[in-house]
Amino acid sequence: MSQATAAATMGVNETPTSDPLIKIEGLTRYFDVSKPLLNRVIERVPRQLLRAVHDVNFSIHAGETFALVGESGCGKSTVARMVAGLIAPSAGSVSFEGVDRAAARSAAEERKIRRRFQMIFQDPFASLNPRWRVDRIISEPIRAFGLAQDKQEIDHQVGELLKVVKLDPADGAKFPHEFSGGQRQRIAIARALSNKPEFIICDEPTSALDVSVQAQILNLMRDLQDEFGLTYLFISHNLAVVRHMATRIGVMYLGKLVEDAPSRELFKDPRHPYTRMLLDAVPDIDMSGRARTPVKGEVPNPINPPSGCTFHPRCPFAFDRCRKEEPALLPVSENHFASCHAVAEGRIESLGAGVQE
Amino acid sequence: MSDPLLQVRDLVVEFPTRRGTLTAVDKVSFDIAPGEVLGVVGESGAGKSLTGTAIINLLEPPGRIGGGEVILQGERIDNLPQEEMRKIRGKRIGMVFQDPLTSLNPLYTIGEQLTETIQTHMKLTDAAARIRAIELLSEVGIPAPESRIDAYPHQFSGGMRQRVVIALALAANPVLVLADEPTTALDVSVQAQIIALLKKTCAEHGAAVMLITHDMGVIAETADRVAVMYAGRIVEIGPVREVIKNAKHPYTDGLMASIPSLTHEAERLAQIEGSMPRLTAIPDGCAFHPRCPQAFDRCRRERPELLDADTTQAACWLYAKEEAVT
Repeated sequence: MSQATAAATMGVNETPTSDPLIKIEGLTRYFDVSKPLLNRVIERVPRQLLRAVHDVNFSIHAGETFALVGESGCGKSTVARMVAGLIAPSAGSVSFEGVDRAAARSAAEERKIRRRFQMIFQDPFASLNPRWRVDRIISEPIRAFGLAQDKQEIDHQVGELLKVVKLDPADGAKFPHEFSGGQRQRIAIARALSNKPEFIICDEPTSALDVSVQAQILNLMRDLQDEFGLTYLFISHNLAVVRHMATRIGVMYLGKLVEDAPSRELFKDPRHPYTRMLLDAVPDIDMSGRARTPVKGEVPNPINPPSGCTFHPRCPFAFDRCRKEEPALLPVSENHFASCHAVAEGRIESLGAGVQE
Repeated sequence: MSDPLLQVRDLVVEFPTRRGTLTAVDKVSFDIAPGEVLGVVGESGAGKSLTGTAIINLLEPPGRIGGGEVILQGERIDNLPQEEMRKIRGKRIGMVFQDPLTSLNPLYTIGEQLTETIQTHMKLTDAAARIRAIELLSEVGIPAPESRIDAYPHQFSGGMRQRVVIALALAANPVLVLADEPTTALDVSVQAQIIALLKKTCAEHGAAVMLITHDMGVIAETADRVAVMYAGRIVEIGPVREVIKNAKHPYTDGLMASIPSLTHEAERLAQIEGSMPRLTAIPDGCAFHPRCPQAFDRCRRERPELLDADTTQAACWLYAKEEAVT
């Protein structure tokens, strides 16, 4: 599928197969981390802004799973929250079927769009109200959007939803604390499905779960995607999980999208040095003894990011230009984008097929 | 092989409650050889951390050791008075915990905490202890240790703090380092560095490591042998390569298959149905039988001990026949 947004802004010929469901353009978010006003006046320090997300562009087509991957503090969750409309972007836009969400003219219109969105959060212990019974939790979106009025109809729908996530309809009468972590995440998924959304934002949905439970939830999410034709924005720090789930992956580093490629291609032929480093850092569970470059350094403080390309202090390919000039996200091949001077200048060779295997 | 450094025999950890005593760790036995890295892996609630805390006698009441023995270098340590045990913790057994922010005191500088530990266990003057502290910091890869030693924990990043914690654990040249989820709070790129560091420094100091984690990848990178725990028991123990590549116990096998891979694509992940039983409802017989695809009659009635299963030992009746033959 085409990466219409980035391609258009780069002035490259684009061949869109269809209009994307979600289009994110120039999405930017600053957080004010300055000291209180009085301190600023007395100590004569300026305002301080943290650049959490900077000029992120991507689009998601219907039925796709777009994954954002990166380390903590890279801005992936901030992107998710802006897409969900939980926080407003400082600049840029999120469009849903070509309609800019911020420009939605009326509250009714906004509601209409919002009904087609849902979100699944990381911690199923924090995202479910402990004082509500499960049926009330699951039916809240149905009631909030007025999708059914009749109590019997709502109960019926809740029972069906519980069956969809492989729980017992009788579980509706229980409280969240009676369930294990995996079961709670199933409840959260049932709630997310209750207003029949088309697009679900999943922010680290399995990070709080054990691996055997994670496998159950990931399988369930894929089954639901096939059954209901869902589109996912999947946020994770776990590359193996992302590889399993995503059709397309965006790698983020310090608030910027550094590489964007179809899942298979990203793992076969990662181009950005940061992506390569991340892949090398994952413990080798297959014990294949594959050659790996040791990782160096840590993610710098986003309040004071390095000049030029923010990855340059850790990058083995860094040269003078990287320290001065911020690279743009440029196509390296059809559908594959990287923001790296060394890649653009051809100093980083393609790994070619089969090297990672 | 030489005498084991640490022997754990039939260790039981229990929690008395109003509705009866819950057994969280149930007759766990294993050895650690000098210089060996033993990985202990399992899902949350399997009892792996409790096993670790029981060894160093730091169980939170009402949890208590309900039976068994812990023997360090031939000497029983599970029944020592707290005062004696304090001298062993830090000196002969070093500890690294999950969250480096909570294991360092925010009110003292790194140097104060290091020299305190060093002087508690070794007779050194203030100046000598400081030199030793700087040595340790440079050993764990802290740049410019001479100036960084006077910094406070909040001035360090997460990875740097965990390096300091490792330095603290190694301060008194312990024979065993107990690392409980040492990389779980860290990002993947930092995790790789910390694993490498832990492995390298412990090898240089000749310390054995008991590495407790839920992450099979970390185990594969680090451990020599691995013990897999389920519902308070060790279900399989053996050389790391065998357990990971060629698991014998159906639980280990299922666990390995459920991990998404970086190199192979799969339409679906293998999944173990259900979840680990709660302590209040551990099934009779083998605790895994309700989830086990290969369970048969005996599994429901009788509880298997660790049996020889070719290259590893597995607590599974599937391997009972071989035992009868030999």
